[in-house]
Order: sequence, then structure tokens, then C-alpha cells
Amino acid sequence: MANYEFKLPDIGEGVVEGEVVTWHVSVGDSVSEDDPVVDVMTDKATVTIPSPTDGTVVSLNGEVGDMIAVGSVLIEFDTGVAGTTPVNVSENVPMELEVEPEEVAPPEIEEKKAEIEKPSTKPRTPAPEIVPVITKGTGGSILASPAVRKRAREAGINLGSLSGSGPAGRIRHADIDAFVAGGGAVMGAPPSAYSTKRSGVNEVKIVGLRRKISEQMVKSAFSIPHFSYFEEVDVTELEALRQALNSSRSQDQPKLTYLPFIMMALAKIMPEHPECNGHFYDEDGVVHRHEAVHIGIATQTDRGLYVPVVKNVEAMDVWQAASDLIRVSGDARAGTSSLDDLTGSTFTITSLGRDGGLGATPIINHPEMAILGVHKAREKPVVRNGQIVVRRMMNLSSSFDHRVIDGADGAKLIQHLKRMLEHPAMIFM
Amino acid sequence: MAEVRKCQVLIVGAGPGGYVAGIRSGQLGLDTIVVEGDRAGGTCLIRGCIPSKAMIHAAERFESVSMHSSENGHMGITIDSSPQLNMASLVSWKDSIVDRLNKGVESLLKGSGVELIKGWANFTGPKRCIVSSNDGDVEIEAENVIIATGSSHIDLPFMPCDEEFILSSTGALDLDSLPSKVAIVGGGYIGLELGCALSKLGSEVTVIEGMESILGIFDKELRRPLELWMKKHGVTVHTGALARGAEIKGKGASKKVELAYEKEGEVRTLKVDKILVTVGRRPNTKDWGLETMGVRMDQSGRFIRTDRQCRTNVPGVYAIGDVAGEPMLAHKASAQGEMVAEIISGMAREFDKVAIPAIVFTEPEIVSVGLSPDEARERGEEIIVGKFPLAANGRALTLEAEKTGGFVRVVARESDNVILGIQAVGSHVAELHGEFVLALEMGALLEDISGTVHAHPTMAEAFHESVLKTLGHAIHSV
Repeated sequence: MANYEFKLPDIGEGVVEGEVVTWHVSVGDSVSEDDPVVDVMTDKATVTIPSPTDGTVVSLNGEVGDMIAVGSVLIEFDTGVAGTTPVNVSENVPMELEVEPEEVAPPEIEEKKAEIEKPSTKPRTPAPEIVPVITKGTGGSILASPAVRKRAREAGINLGSLSGSGPAGRIRHADIDAFVAGGGAVMGAPPSAYSTKRSGVNEVKIVGLRRKISEQMVKSAFSIPHFSYFEEVDVTELEALRQALNSSRSQDQPKLTYLPFIMMALAKIMPEHPECNGHFYDEDGVVHRHEAVHIGIATQTDRGLYVPVVKNVEAMDVWQAASDLIRVSGDARAGTSSLDDLTGSTFTITSLGRDGGLGATPIINHPEMAILGVHKAREKPVVRNGQIVVRRMMNLSSSFDHRVIDGADGAKLIQHLKRMLEHPAMIFM
Repeated sequence: MAEVRKCQVLIVGAGPGGYVAGIRSGQLGLDTIVVEGDRAGGTCLIRGCIPSKAMIHAAERFESVSMHSSENGHMGITIDSSPQLNMASLVSWKDSIVDRLNKGVESLLKGSGVELIKGWANFTGPKRCIVSSNDGDVEIEAENVIIATGSSHIDLPFMPCDEEFILSSTGALDLDSLPSKVAIVGGGYIGLELGCALSKLGSEVTVIEGMESILGIFDKELRRPLELWMKKHGVTVHTGALARGAEIKGKGASKKVELAYEKEGEVRTLKVDKILVTVGRRPNTKDWGLETMGVRMDQSGRFIRTDRQCRTNVPGVYAIGDVAGEPMLAHKASAQGEMVAEIISGMAREFDKVAIPAIVFTEPEIVSVGLSPDEARERGEEIIVGKFPLAANGRALTLEAEKTGGFVRVVARESDNVILGIQAVGSHVAELHGEFVLALEMGALLEDISGTVHAHPTMAEAFHESVLKTLGHAIHSV
């Protein structure tokens, strides 16, 4: 079984070397032809190089940051399939990597633009070849009739993102109907009468950031007796204020969501609720009540949950809070956060907004003592002065460390926050 | 030179790739020109698939009639005299079919509003060419170009074809008399198809093959019935044998050609009337200005490099068919031609075929669609395989199609019964392939075929039975 040596192809006129920016594969990964394997940055553009073959990665030549000459071996593939045991090396990746800023590849558009400008000298590299069409697809995972494939292509739907409801996962017209009707969110049609049973089990190793999250959650959930408290807040006036501010904002001011207002309100009232802001070092039996309000923002990223921090919210105006919120959460998603941005929070907000939900029991970010969950605001019929009226309502879910915060004190914070949000002028007075 | 002709689509070559692209392009209302240096129809229609199938059918007819001319005629049918072969008449019958199809293609092109220019195109840039035709030179400038130049016979440099003693497949389809002894250099599908036909007509055939077996693209099980047939019919096969040269011997009408070939370290000779060289085909990438187009070749340097939409690296230049890569098969070229015309007209298309069927018209015929058991295993699939012998199929027996051990074989994934490949060997099995490919393209499970009623008595039942066999419960086999 011969290994296939994939050399760094000629990626453009006059380019003799490129810097490895991102590996998309690791040793032991099995790849299919056209899967992205590596991003290489030249002085002209960053190019995502697709795999020239199906196979298993045997070796990667070059670390991120290394310069690789055109024509030198980049990756070795084992193109035979039988008998190779995938080696999972991701376990050995040091945890510190998580917080180190990563190079971000410029968007692919740049590369495409370059292609159009110099069509004859800058082909896509390496172009997939059609050679073994005889066998294409039969071993693949997508099972669909030619008519279904054609319809999907014309509708711009990637069949790989659908799950088929037919036997053996075959994608039917009904699956595309369901996918389209669900705005792309529904996975497959209701199973047809002849669907097969599913029996597969996928083993997923809990490593890296996921393992860290897992350990942190256990610590938080099993050392802290959580007291959870729910309330609904009428944000009709806050919404009017938000709209007014957004419509009159200047070019350099960010668009305001509810979060900056909630952060500002918390920073304002926290001095009256000092038991809720800070850290409880349970092993030492000491609570650090902080004067500064550093608000952690639970952020979902491709790599897992991060909690970047907006520092000293008490010293900001709403625009600054909004800008810093966008900055820290954006960096977290892009993987470019500094260590400082990821540490030091005294209170955490988790936004459960976009997808709705009535309530949740947020887990406190140990060693903090309280966390606030913010839900989607929506218009609801409510009773005001004996009349049913439509108001914009938002639910809040909160959890407190019951060892150091009594239920009444936790409830007081939330009730205070509710008054501020319902009469938003108070936030600024 | 007159003014420059402009068009939206320029297609180079009117073979099964080019003419289909032309017709589809015309149907879609694109201003289309097809340039062809020979007659419309390409290798397939003029000197390949079609004429060889005509010869093969005639040879089969000749052989079956011969079986009735002995004393106790086959099937109780006796003919008093033996059939006589007039090779020249056979060739002209074959030519009449070719002529009909050639005219058909030309009128189809015309009918869809496509202009066919006969002449040799010479490119001077990516989308510009000069066509030298009988009516003088025409310069054409196109918005889109589809390269469909096809492939040609490969000559052996030390014994180039003279089409008198050393023939290419083209010469073998234009014989004026039946050679009594023929050596075929190259035991691939072209050589073997013609070899079987010549043997049926009465030639003494010897096959010289360099590899360890003939038809190396197929597995042993699939080759076996053909090898048996050749053995029974006195076709000699030398494998691991390399042709070394040819020399014309004798004078006048008794001129013969002596083939030298090396086997097991020694050079042997064989005196025959004709040598047929069928060692492969190479894509036509030279002598028409490809190098001026800036089009990149693939890693092997043989084919034009294309993506799944048959685009080359030059925007607006496409390549389809033999010149764009394996498999070099007419039906692949046609499918790509149709697709590219649709892409040019703005439709979202991609060459996403699950399978391209491959058929060899030897005796017996061999069909392969999708993965063979070996290929499936190489891909790491856990498979189940079922094989149903034609000898257990009633219709096959009445047609004498089972002769040297034909069968239908099905390869399916064990975990979910998805059919991965289907192969068949036997007389007339070529026509079964439609259902095979459909099964693969539709993503059929074994249960989809087993749940479909197949008419009795037909050979198609053998497919149904092979599927049942794969499921472990064939009715007419143990």
C-alpha cells in the first residue's frame, strides 16, 4: 500500500513558498477528495488547499507558521483504506493553545478575486479530476436519486446538510420539502413507513476545551448549592428607548441590543447588592466582594463555550459597554481573545435569547456567586389596570450560591433589576 | 480572410461528446458552432462502437448459421450448404449503417439550429480559432469553447500501422477479405471484441498481451467465461508477452507479416496475414493549437485538467469526453456534453454520477457497473455478494446465453443493504445494464430490487435472483 505524497502545488504566479496558517486535518484523519486540508498564506493571498485524493493522513510536514516551498512534500496520504487505525492526537494538544491568539485567514473572497484577475496563471489548486467516476458516490454517504440531486443543486441546497428519511438514509423529495419548509432548520421529513431502524453509536472523545468545560461544570454544579429564581420584565419602554437610540446613533456607534442596558443597570445597582458581585473561595472560607463590576458574557463559539469579560462596566456608558461587548465576544468566536479578556469576571450573564425559551437554570461560573440568564423578549398579552394589553415581555432566569446569598437577597437583586429595566430612565439617573 | 465569425458556444469535435453538447446547446437557444475535421459522429459512430457492433452482430449470425450446416444441424435445423462470407459486402452493409447514423447526427444538429463547419480547427488563443475548410479559412471567436476532440489509436513506434498488414481498429473494420490468421497485440476490450468477431467468422486468432491476464480491468471471476469461450474456439492467448516488431515476408499475393514477441525471456515469431494493434488510446491534445489556449493538463500530463463541471483553468473553456480523462467512454462524453451546454446556459449542474457503466461486447458480453467486490473491500466496505448463474435462468437457456458459465453478481453494503455494484457476464447481458445503473443512481437497496416484479421468462430475472441470493434466499438456486 503506497503512500501518496502531496506536494505544495504551484499556487500562483511567482509564488515560491507559502506559510502554513491552519491545518484542517490531523495525522490519522481520513479525508475525501476536495476536503480542505490546509490554509497556506502567500504574499498575495491565503489559499485553502483541498485534498487531491481520498485517504488517511499519514504525516503533516510543517507546523503552523512554517514556510513551505512550492514542490516540497506537504502531506502524506495513505490512499488504501483497509486496516488503518486512526490515531487521535488531539488529546496531546496543550490546553494553553485555547487562549493564544490565532492567525485568522482572510476571507476566501480575496483568493477568488485573484483568480478572476489572472485566470490563466492562477487555477484552483489542485483541480479535482473526474477520473474514477465509475465508483464515485457508491461508497459515499449521500444517497439520493438523480432527480433529488438535481433539485437540490438548483435550489442551492447542500445534500450533505440534510438527513434522509428513506431506507439507509436515502434523501427523498419529501426531505427537501421539509428542509425548505423549515427554513433549513428541519432535518429530514417524518420517517416513511419503510424507514430502517438506526443502530449506530458514535464515540466522541471529550478532550481539549470540552474536557475543561466539563470539569468546570462539575465543580460549579456540585460544590455550589444553586438557588434559582425566575421573573418576567416588561421591556416595552426599554425597547422604545433602544429603538430611539439606535435610530439616532452615529456611524461609529454600535447597534444596541438589550444586553448593554442590562449590564449598565447591574453595574448601577450592584453597590446595593454587594453579596452578589465577586468570588467565594470556598476552600478558604472567604468571600471577595468586588467593587468593580466585571461582567462575564457566556459566548457560544465553534470550539465550545467561552466566557469573555467586559471589565469595569460601572465606568462605561451604554455605547462603550455595547462596543466592548461586541469586541470581547467577537474575539472569543474568532479565537483571538487575550488572556486578560477571558479572566476576572465577578458576575456572568448568559444570553439565552435568540432561540426563545421560557426559563433555564443557569450554572454559576465558579468561583462567582451569581449568574443571570436573559431570554428572548416578545410581545404578550398582559393585564394592566384590569385591561388586557400587548406588552413586550422578557423573562429572566437567575441562579445564586445559596451558601453565601440568601434567597431573599437574590430575589432583591432581580426585583431591583426589574424596576430599572421597566423604567429605563433610572439606569441613567 | 473574411470577417471573424462570432458565436456563444464553439464545440471542437462532433463525436458523442461534441454533437450532444451541440444539440443541447442549440435546444437552449445558444448560438452554437460545431467544428469537425472528419465526418460528424466521431470515433464512436464512424470507426468504433457502432461499426464494430455491426461486425460483431454479423459474425454472430455467421457462426449460428454455420451451426446448422453440418449433417445433424443444431436445434434440428439443417442447411444443405455452408454459409459463404463476402467480406466486402459485409463491410458495405456496415458502412450503410454508419452513413445513416452520420446523416442522422448532421440533421439533428441542423434541426436544433447548430451550424456544423467541416474542417480542421487551429486555435490561436483560448477562444479563437481558424478553421481550414473546403470553402476556405474561417476565423471563429467564441464566448465559450467546449473541447471534445476525443482520442486516437496508439501506435507501437517499432511497428506503426500501415493499415495493410499492421492494422489499427479502424483498418480492422474495413477489411476486403477475411484474414485466415490474425495476431492481436493488446488484449484489452477493443482487441478482444474484434478478436471474438474474427474468430466467429473463421479466422485463427492469437492474442498477445503484456500483462498477466487479458482484460485486466475486470476481476478473474468476470473474465473466466470469456477465457473459456476463447479456449473452446481455438483462440490462443499469450499473456506476459510483449510485441517486439513486425516484418513483411514473401512476395506478391502470398505476402505475410511475421510478428516477433517476447515471452518468458525468449523471442518467438508468428506468421500471420494481419496484425491488429490495440494497445490503447490517447487523448487528442496535439496539432490543433491547444498549447495556445493556456489550458492546464492533469498530473499525468495526458488529459486536460477539469473539475466536476468540466471547467478547465481558463474561464469559459470546457473539456469533455476522452480528452478530459478516464473512463474514455462515449456515454460519459455525451452526459458531460449535455451538462456543459446546460451550465453555459446558466443552469446549476455538476457531474455527480454514481456510476458510469462499462460494457465489453465480447462473447460472452461483460457488464460492470459501480464497485466490484474487490474495489468495495479496498474502500473499507463490509460487503455481501450474491451471484446467480445464467444456467439457472430459463430464458438464458432458450437463448443459449449461459454457454460458458455466465452470471449476474451483486455487491451490497452489509450494514444497510445499499447496492454498491453489479456485474454480469453472458450473451446479451449488455441490455440488462440499464436496470443496474438505475439501481445505483437511485441509491437502491437490495430490498428495492427484490420487491420489484421481473417478468418471466426474461434474463432480467437473473438480476432479481442475484439480489435474492445476496439476501440469502434465491428461489432458483441453492
